[in-house]
Amino acid sequence: MKPVPFTVKGTIVTTTSISSTRSPLRLRAKWRVVDIVVASVVGVAIGLVYFAWDQVYVPATAPLEAALPGLQSITYGIWLVAGVLGALIVRKPGAAIFVEVLAATVEGLLGAKWGLLTLEGGFVQGLGAELVFLVFVYANWRVFVAVLAGAASGLGMAVNDLTLWYAGASQGFASAYAICAVVSGAVIAGLGSWLLVRALARTGALSRFASGRSAAAAN
Amino acid sequence: MSVMTPVAGRQAVYRLNPVAKVVASAIIGIALVISIDWVSAGVALAIEGVLFLWSGLSPRRFFLRTLAVWIAAPLAGFTILLYGRPSGAVHFQFLFMQVTDGSIELAIATVLRVLAIALPAVVLFVTIDPTDLADGLAQVAKLPARFVLGALAGLRLVSLFLEDWRSLELARRARGVGDSGRIRRLLGQSFALLVLSIRRGSKLATAMEARGFGAPGKRTWARESRLGRGDAALIALGVLVAAAAVSASVITGHWNVIGA
Amino acid sequence: MTSAAASIRARGWGWRHAGRSTWVVSGLDLAVEPGERVLLLGASGSGKSTLVHALAGVLGGDDDGERRGELLIDGRAPDAARGRVGLVLQDPDSQVVLARVGDDVAFGCENLGVPREEIWRRVRESLDAVGLDLPLWHPTSELSGGQKQRLALAGVLAMRPGLILLDEPTANLDPDGVIEVRDAVRRVVESTGATLVVIEHRVSVWRDLVDRVVVLEAGGGAVADGSVDEVLRREGAGLAASGVWVPGFEPAAPARATLAGSSRLLHTEDLSIARVASTVLHTGIELELASGRMLAVTGPNGSGKSTLGLTIAGLLPPAAGAVVVEGYPDQPVRWKSRDLVSRIGTVFQDPEHQFLTGRVSDELSIGPKALGMPGPEIARRSADLAERLRLDHLMHANPFTLSGGEKRRLSVAAVLATRPPILVLDEPTFGQDSRTWLELVGMLRDLLDDGTAALAITHDPEFVSALADDEFRLSVPEVVGG
Repeated sequence: MKPVPFTVKGTIVTTTSISSTRSPLRLRAKWRVVDIVVASVVGVAIGLVYFAWDQVYVPATAPLEAALPGLQSITYGIWLVAGVLGALIVRKPGAAIFVEVLAATVEGLLGAKWGLLTLEGGFVQGLGAELVFLVFVYANWRVFVAVLAGAASGLGMAVNDLTLWYAGASQGFASAYAICAVVSGAVIAGLGSWLLVRALARTGALSRFASGRSAAAAN
Repeated sequence: MSVMTPVAGRQAVYRLNPVAKVVASAIIGIALVISIDWVSAGVALAIEGVLFLWSGLSPRRFFLRTLAVWIAAPLAGFTILLYGRPSGAVHFQFLFMQVTDGSIELAIATVLRVLAIALPAVVLFVTIDPTDLADGLAQVAKLPARFVLGALAGLRLVSLFLEDWRSLELARRARGVGDSGRIRRLLGQSFALLVLSIRRGSKLATAMEARGFGAPGKRTWARESRLGRGDAALIALGVLVAAAAVSASVITGHWNVIGA
Repeated sequence: MTSAAASIRARGWGWRHAGRSTWVVSGLDLAVEPGERVLLLGASGSGKSTLVHALAGVLGGDDDGERRGELLIDGRAPDAARGRVGLVLQDPDSQVVLARVGDDVAFGCENLGVPREEIWRRVRESLDAVGLDLPLWHPTSELSGGQKQRLALAGVLAMRPGLILLDEPTANLDPDGVIEVRDAVRRVVESTGATLVVIEHRVSVWRDLVDRVVVLEAGGGAVADGSVDEVLRREGAGLAASGVWVPGFEPAAPARATLAGSSRLLHTEDLSIARVASTVLHTGIELELASGRMLAVTGPNGSGKSTLGLTIAGLLPPAAGAVVVEGYPDQPVRWKSRDLVSRIGTVFQDPEHQFLTGRVSDELSIGPKALGMPGPEIARRSADLAERLRLDHLMHANPFTLSGGEKRRLSVAAVLATRPPILVLDEPTFGQDSRTWLELVGMLRDLLDDGTAALAITHDPEFVSALADDEFRLSVPEVVGG
């Protein structure tokens, strides 16, 4: 391998300070390396939590199911946290889908019972949240947007589950399942993720993200 | 348990491209999702049952890894038995529960369908090495390399997270809060894990960027990933299973598109 | 395996992180010629890491902060010089990218678009150069800290850089690992002739390898610059006071009081230890902890020191035999968590593992609260500890936002709040600067003089000679797997 030729040019490349107060949307939409890697890490960590939840959810939700069929999905919002959380942290287009699918992948690799289908479920759930952030052109990260995103993610999950696993279910079961999934998504994944990001910002872990700086400044 | 070092073996299945496994399992899944009837699910399951002989897993390992599916399928079936769309003679009724001729048939179809969709998905996943999957996704499926590699790097941290988790658990006992409040403790531990992992992720991002990751210019690949004849055969098998299942069901008149 | 060495020019350079009002570095003028080997010193917060990150082109863009002045490598902006510069960071675990050794070294080459055959040639050469004699498929997760740092160095080397940057590469390693990595760096810079910039708070490690020392000051530029001997002669005392370990200016450990009498508080009986139940690491361990005495547990990485500590602390069950605490019929591992906290205190190697709350004050009161102490007593103890450990101005801060030294002090203070008569400390001085080191040693000395019994797992010979009364050495067990 030949050495890369380097000549010191006569002109000096100056990197003067640029202090634009607001970068244009195009710039803000571009993923930095740290966005990609931290989004991945969050996806992986939450994937572990999903897997842990997989091990316990059947006994945990059985009483609910017995009380009112379809009600078990009131706890399923836990499976929706990754997408909303990831998007709230890195604030980039596609983050909700990316992080939710990745969490599902980890869950699948660890041995979740649905194997590759976990990924498909993750995609549909992430898509729900993603669409809400898209409607707000990735510029609004307030709590009500997070709650809407969580609800939309829950709707995605309900549609997916009712198609895949409960295709023959009665109207009553399907409605109860869907309503509970949406509520659970809104509360656990929406409000829950928003609170989580605020707590994370206080630890300084999000200092390289606008989400960490704005939340820290609000304190 | 190690995510990064999956089951390894010498059989043909271990040399197949992970992308082909994903595609084959997706084809079967999509075909079976469209309809809920016991014929298409049953036919698919029967053919898969034979193909599993080449899954590269010993019978013991096969049942261990798919155990959850064997539990979940009857559970889903039982739910449909009680709460499935009613039709025909009513055999049993209590509160919201209603067992009818229709729901019995739907329940049988559900059990077979869950097995037929989930078993190949799980079995093909067991033999996938994450690094190979990432290579395949970026080079064969042409997904954006930055995201695929970022995800792969994040995945490698799983073993560190598990160690962190253990230490967090011991530290809680050492600090006097390990006796009760299990749910609260788990939440606290999850939060601490998230903080530690985001920190680690930020450092990893710096290390990767310093090694030219995300730099403009064309990236090369040290490991080549492409689809070979074996991969084509696997995908063809997937198509075959799907086609046989759908045809058998349509011909016998059992094809029952969901929601219709 | 040569590549022209790179030059560095900084003129009035500065950087401010996004959302901060103060500049980390400001008005820096610096010229480093090709092939020079520079040791960068300064107190924590003096902007050493910021400068090195900027040179590596990884500080980020406008999202991340604001820059002023200019910083050039071979006359070009650092982001345009990717591949000319290689960076090795402090934490071994956070810079391994891929699962197999060969793939990890290849990663940088792939990003730079090096052709495939050439990549694998470079991978093998680089692994040779850092002395990692492992198959390419060897899992990176099975490497020791020193091996991981050499792997990172190989990954950098494979990119054929003209400038190698090292940001405290040995701070997280045991003494053997430090030497391993230092020697690998020496071989690499001698064979490539690359320019070297290294940050390290232990001067002695790099002293013979570098030919120039630059001292940075917080918010300012370079305050001293010259040959190693010259700068250390002029600035040594000041640097030592700011926490740098300077040869000839080592912190003087306070003398131990001579004890009137000592009584046994804990002993083991034919103890076997295991991290996971199936893999026993050591058998037949007999040791004892006595009031006012410190037992140092030493030995190489992987010898099971932490496992021994955790077993004695009542956190891991013994594989066989017993841990006996005088006056209690049960072994500590059977105690309730609430009882354990007032009898045996454990300080973990990573302080962050033991933080439970979002505020320093809550962190200090959590142990006493678990014991059911009355509120005023808790407040008094917390305030007292905070003052002794100089944490009183941080009572409302989030523990995770503290500096490394502050985190260590807090983790010790939180354990002391319940006044356990027995302490188990896992690498208490690990990676600490000389100031924190001295504070910790002083505080532990006071505790020992007051009759506390302590077991300290440590790699630090100065710590052992300052405080330990007895030493228990573990060897690497001959178990396969685990």
